[in-house]
Amino acid sequence: MIRAFADPFDALFNLQRALEGRLTSDWLHGQTTSQGPFPPINVFQQGDDILAIIELPGVEKDSLQIEAKENTIRVAGKKAVSYPGGVSVHRQERTSGEFDRTMSLPVQLDPDSIKAEYRDGILALHLPRSEREKPRAIKIS
Amino acid sequence: MASTQELQVQKKREIENKEETTIPARIFMPATDIYEAEDALTVILEMPGVEKSNVKIHVEDGALNVEGRLELAKYRGLQPLYTEYNIGHYSRSFRLSSKIDQSKIAAEMKDGVLSLKLPKIEEAKPRTIQVK
Repeated sequence: MIRAFADPFDALFNLQRALEGRLTSDWLHGQTTSQGPFPPINVFQQGDDILAIIELPGVEKDSLQIEAKENTIRVAGKKAVSYPGGVSVHRQERTSGEFDRTMSLPVQLDPDSIKAEYRDGILALHLPRSEREKPRAIKIS
Repeated sequence: MASTQELQVQKKREIENKEETTIPARIFMPATDIYEAEDALTVILEMPGVEKSNVKIHVEDGALNVEGRLELAKYRGLQPLYTEYNIGHYSRSFRLSSKIDQSKIAAEMKDGVLSLKLPKIEEAKPRTIQVK
C-alpha cells in the first residue's frame, strides 16, 4: 500500500519499495507470455479497477495496436530507432524492433469500457472490471 | 520474421555516483544513443514518463548533464499488484569531447524520448586542408 505523500523524497522511496515488493508477485500466474517479455508491464489496482502501465519510449502512437477480449489484453507494435546517414555512432543503447505481448488477467474485464492513453512514452490501460465481478454488499434478510 | 529483431527488456541501470545522494530513493540512467556529425553531436535519451517541463539540461566545463524528474502524483492511490520494472527520476552525465556552442543547443521531447542537438563551435569543426 502506498501512502503518505507528504514528503516527495519519501514518497518516491516508498513507491520504489512497493514496486519492488511486487516483483515476485504471482498475481498473473505467468500468464503474460506471447512473443517475448517486451514491453515491461506494471499492474496496479485503482479502486475497483485495474490499471496497467507500460513503458514504451519512442514508440509512435499510430504504430500501437491494442486488443482486448474477455480478460486478455494484447499490445503489439514497433519501436523504431534510426540514424541519419553520414554520422559516426558513438553510443547505441536504445533497442528497436517489433513486439507483441499478451497478458491474461485473473479478473473479468469489461472490454467495451477499456481506455488506453499514451503520453510521454507511457501507455496506460484503464481496465474496468466487469459489473458482474464487482463485489456487492449483501443484505441479511 | 527473420529480419526483425525481437525486442528484449532492458534492465534499468542505476546511476553510479562518486558521492551518495542524501535521499534514499533510486535514480536511473536513461538508455542513450549518441552520434556525431561534422557540425553537431546528437544525444538521444529515453526517459519514459518524464514531461517536457521536468527536464533539466546543463552544459558546464565540457560536461553534459541531463536530469528528468518523474511526476509522482500520477501514482497516488495506486496499489501495485504485479510489477516488472521500477520507476524513478533519471539522471546522466557525459564528458564532451568537442567544444559545444552552448547558446545553440536544441532540445526536443517526444514520446518520452529527449533529443539533444549540440552544435560544435566553429574551431571544433573538421577542416579540409589543401596542400599547396
